[in-house]
Amino acid sequence: MRKMLTIISTVLRGNAGKNGAEVLSEGARAVVAARTYADFTQQATFDIKKCDVHKLEEGPPLTSTLTREDGLKYYRTMQTMRRMELKADQLYKQKIIRGFCHLYDGQEACAVGIEAGINLTDHLITAYRAHGYTLTRGGTVREIMAELTGRRGGIAKGKGGSMHMYAKNFYGGNGIVGAQVPLGAGVALACKYQEKNELCVCLYGDGAANQGQIFETYNMASLWKLPCIFICENNKYGMGTSVERAAASTDYYKRGDFIPGLRVDGMDVLCVKEATKFAADFCRSGKGPILMELQTYRYHGHSMSDPGVSYRTREEIQEVRSKSDPISMLKDRMLNNNMASVEELKEIDIEVRKEIEDAAQFATTDPEPPLEDLCNHIFYNEPPMDVRGTNPWSKLKSMS
Amino acid sequence: MAALRCFLRSGKNAVAAGLRREIHQTAPASLQVTVRDALNQAMDEELERDDRVFLLGEEVAQYDGAYKVSRGLWKKYGDKRIIDTPITEMGFAGIAVGSAMAGLRPICEFMTFNFSMQAIDQVINSAAKTYYMSAGLQSVPIVFRGPNGASAGVAAQHSQCFAAWYGHCPGLKVVSPWNSEDARGLLKSAIRDDNPVVFLENELMYGVPFELSEEAQSKDFTVPIGKAKIERQGNHITLVSHSRMVGHCLDAAAVLAKEGIECEVINLRTIRPMDIETIEASVIKTNHLVTVEGGWPQFGVGAEICARIMEGPAFNYLDAPAVRVTGVDIPMPYAKILEDHSVPQIKDIMFSVKKTLNV
Repeated sequence: MRKMLTIISTVLRGNAGKNGAEVLSEGARAVVAARTYADFTQQATFDIKKCDVHKLEEGPPLTSTLTREDGLKYYRTMQTMRRMELKADQLYKQKIIRGFCHLYDGQEACAVGIEAGINLTDHLITAYRAHGYTLTRGGTVREIMAELTGRRGGIAKGKGGSMHMYAKNFYGGNGIVGAQVPLGAGVALACKYQEKNELCVCLYGDGAANQGQIFETYNMASLWKLPCIFICENNKYGMGTSVERAAASTDYYKRGDFIPGLRVDGMDVLCVKEATKFAADFCRSGKGPILMELQTYRYHGHSMSDPGVSYRTREEIQEVRSKSDPISMLKDRMLNNNMASVEELKEIDIEVRKEIEDAAQFATTDPEPPLEDLCNHIFYNEPPMDVRGTNPWSKLKSMS
Repeated sequence: MAALRCFLRSGKNAVAAGLRREIHQTAPASLQVTVRDALNQAMDEELERDDRVFLLGEEVAQYDGAYKVSRGLWKKYGDKRIIDTPITEMGFAGIAVGSAMAGLRPICEFMTFNFSMQAIDQVINSAAKTYYMSAGLQSVPIVFRGPNGASAGVAAQHSQCFAAWYGHCPGLKVVSPWNSEDARGLLKSAIRDDNPVVFLENELMYGVPFELSEEAQSKDFTVPIGKAKIERQGNHITLVSHSRMVGHCLDAAAVLAKEGIECEVINLRTIRPMDIETIEASVIKTNHLVTVEGGWPQFGVGAEICARIMEGPAFNYLDAPAVRVTGVDIPMPYAKILEDHSVPQIKDIMFSVKKTLNV
């Protein structure tokens, strides 16, 4: 059956290719689609790693049920995220992206798994490694890439850059290590105050985990029972410093002390999803904050100016890629359980690649913001005012 | 007793005490209100007007405020809206900013602005810059308030003036009230403003009563941010000041008037955005300028005023260089005699006026 399909699709592809690009013709697609309904498993239950717990009677479930539809969605999103980050790498090396660029590839299961465990009406804030979250929170690849290249079509009109992207219920993108944690607890305070049963997911890294303001935040969030899920994305390195060299205790899920904690396999999107659902239920029940440590890994260095191999070996990176890649893990699960076909996933890859190409094209051709925009957005809801330019005769206009 | 305290407080002693006794006979509608009470009433009214407004800070609730500015508010509004925080400025300032991002309208009290240094990253990087960085997607309607500048006998770490530091940053509004009308009107404006406002009070002014007109007592009375007020008209020289020093300028002006020198005293009210136009118009009229502030000279409020006057139309009308009267360029000492000589006194203002006028 599979061989027949391949033959048919090869023949049909020969007729239909546009610009030599690999496009599955209508015919082949119809043949593949016909297979979808009848043959695939619609839902399967998978074993997931047990989470270590701190000050909790029990943790998240040890299995996770995945529907075919969700699986394909997670796959597509993770693949989009991966390709988007790799494209950003390319554009940075071509000097089309400047300044800071902290890439998320390797950590996709965290962003996608978390979003799967909460609602879009919940709130989320993270640090500077934020492109993945901007995507899961509703930003488009086009807007994200155009922001990286500093164009007017960027999600922040080109004025924020890599570290300052915002969307509804997504508070960035924050450049100061650790500062986002009290902000997130403040968002949670607003959630509790406004009584809308919403919560705030508040992310930080293993490097930030030693910041004093985070402990100040743990204290207040716990005292006031704020609906806040603190999540430490432990990718084992704070810039070039390994966790062993930075933290007296690397049990980040216990560092909240009086706050219950979970240590989660951050490379497994289903594990992250179940843990997030568990944590969200905990918060919404009014019990106060909870802490999750996601054990994850970044393939790139800390940022584009860090090759990432002076403090870790290439072998280590390669090992994670081959044994624990989040996208491969999901792909294998789905294929081995007949939840999708190789062709189907390949087609998603092709669509994703095209989306990224289009976005990159937009991001490189969209014009930079107009100079008139220079002084805008100083104040909200304010009549136009003058801003001093570089010299006393330069009076620039600022609009709200 | 209150009159005696008033007598010791400021140079306006005799005048204020006199007014006090007369008030019930002459203008029944206006009231003597201390700066503290004006701030208290402003917060009370704004808390009532808008459910999203709340106050957080150290000792603001059950203690009624370290300086009693929030007296009675916790009793009236409860735990949800008047929140006592632990002594963790960076944490609670960040929480306040986050809550503003998510739809609330916090008033974040720093027990003094000296402690705001621990939280200054949240004020500048999280509050002030966010609307710009997000190109208008994320606004931050927050007020940071508390006593600023020199007090009495609290020594170096508790006496710094932060007007220049906060006034330096785009994205912030910085306000420095002097009297009760300023305090009341500007605080209401600050709370209603959709942007981060740094509200610099003065501990030594809290207990000073001023007359509040009937209009100023109304629930919707606001003083616009960004507009200076001419407290006293004059022709010979312009004195520009903010906060407590405005009172000193008026006292100096009263003494100088006896010598035939008429000073125009401008109360800045707002540090940023600064109302340079009012100062320019005054300098064009008087041809002489002296700025007066409690803070240190280098890179201070006066330095900014002088630079702007140089760069603007008023320069051509100056008959003498513009001059700054400031706090002495030292950390604040403790001993009373030293402390008294660390901040501008009325005689320093008078001396500078006469030097500028060459009399």
